[in-house]
Amino acid sequence: MTDTLYLTISVATMALVTYFIRMLPLAVFRKRIKSKFMLNFLYYVPYAVLAAMTIPAVFYSTELVPAAIAGFAAAVILSYFERGLLTVAIASCAAALAVQLIIQNFL
Amino acid sequence: MDKARFRDGLKDGLPIALGYLSVSFTFGITAVNMGIPPVTAILISLTNVTSAGQVAGIGIIASGGSFAEMALAQLIINLRYALMSLSLSQKLDSEYNLAHRLITAFCVTDEVFAVASGKGSELPARYMYGLILLPYVFWSGGTAVGAFLGSILPEMLKSALGIAIYGMFIAIIIPPAKKQRGVLAVIGAAAALSCVIFYVPVFGFISSGISVIICAVAAAALGAWLFPREIKEEPADD
Repeated sequence: MTDTLYLTISVATMALVTYFIRMLPLAVFRKRIKSKFMLNFLYYVPYAVLAAMTIPAVFYSTELVPAAIAGFAAAVILSYFERGLLTVAIASCAAALAVQLIIQNFL
Repeated sequence: MDKARFRDGLKDGLPIALGYLSVSFTFGITAVNMGIPPVTAILISLTNVTSAGQVAGIGIIASGGSFAEMALAQLIINLRYALMSLSLSQKLDSEYNLAHRLITAFCVTDEVFAVASGKGSELPARYMYGLILLPYVFWSGGTAVGAFLGSILPEMLKSALGIAIYGMFIAIIIPPAKKQRGVLAVIGAAAALSCVIFYVPVFGFISSGISVIICAVAAAALGAWLFPREIKEEPADD
């Protein structure tokens, strides 16, 4: 098998599997769900997914853990005061960068 | 009316798109470092639009893995999207036909889903297209820039940008957690379980993709069981 063929089939496999996972529940199951438990469950899924993806991964998202902790703290505080997504993201990066600069230049 | 909804979507999609820029840029660099041709890296971003699955995918390609391994890895890592699509399908408005659904499905990402679920009303297709457009363009564009230009950013700036996407996640989940004890409990449970799986060596065999599935199912079921919400005729958020 040539490299090009291998790459092409690999990428196609990735794309098709990923698409069908997303498409089938969205396009095929079109009836409204009636079960109260299921509706509550689905309501809570995004919060559970985002929390599980953020913690503990966020602490290792920059080169230095203390910088990541600073960025995390900045994000939590600003989110608590209901700032927008972009504001929180930028402040989080800025806090991480500041701590990184301090550690690498002064400590 | 339709144009306003599209613009509304674009506006909500912009912060997602900016968050994707650094991630996709890093993905492009990583892919090329692994020996993946730049064009292939871009093609992967254009056709997959998912971070964890793509990173796993280029690892499998770089090691010459089989197509079955690729399919299974993508299935496991991306299975959470099935839950998101199912949840999203409950919120689409009555004019959301099959064609719209087939197109929308292409771009159900964690962030797009989170923002869409946060909308208090039913979702029109125009809004979803607006929401998806910029993240898709920036995801692919960022990959292209990363793949072709390599490291143009200083190391330190690249490192700090790594936290941007998590900052966004936090901004999405904290405000509702202030008002709803159920959301707070679900977030706490998911984070705690995620830490247990991550830090306790016995669970070392659980990949990050599977960990997210386990945490999501367990914490959301706990929330549905202990903190059921009033379900109205038309399920809508507060």
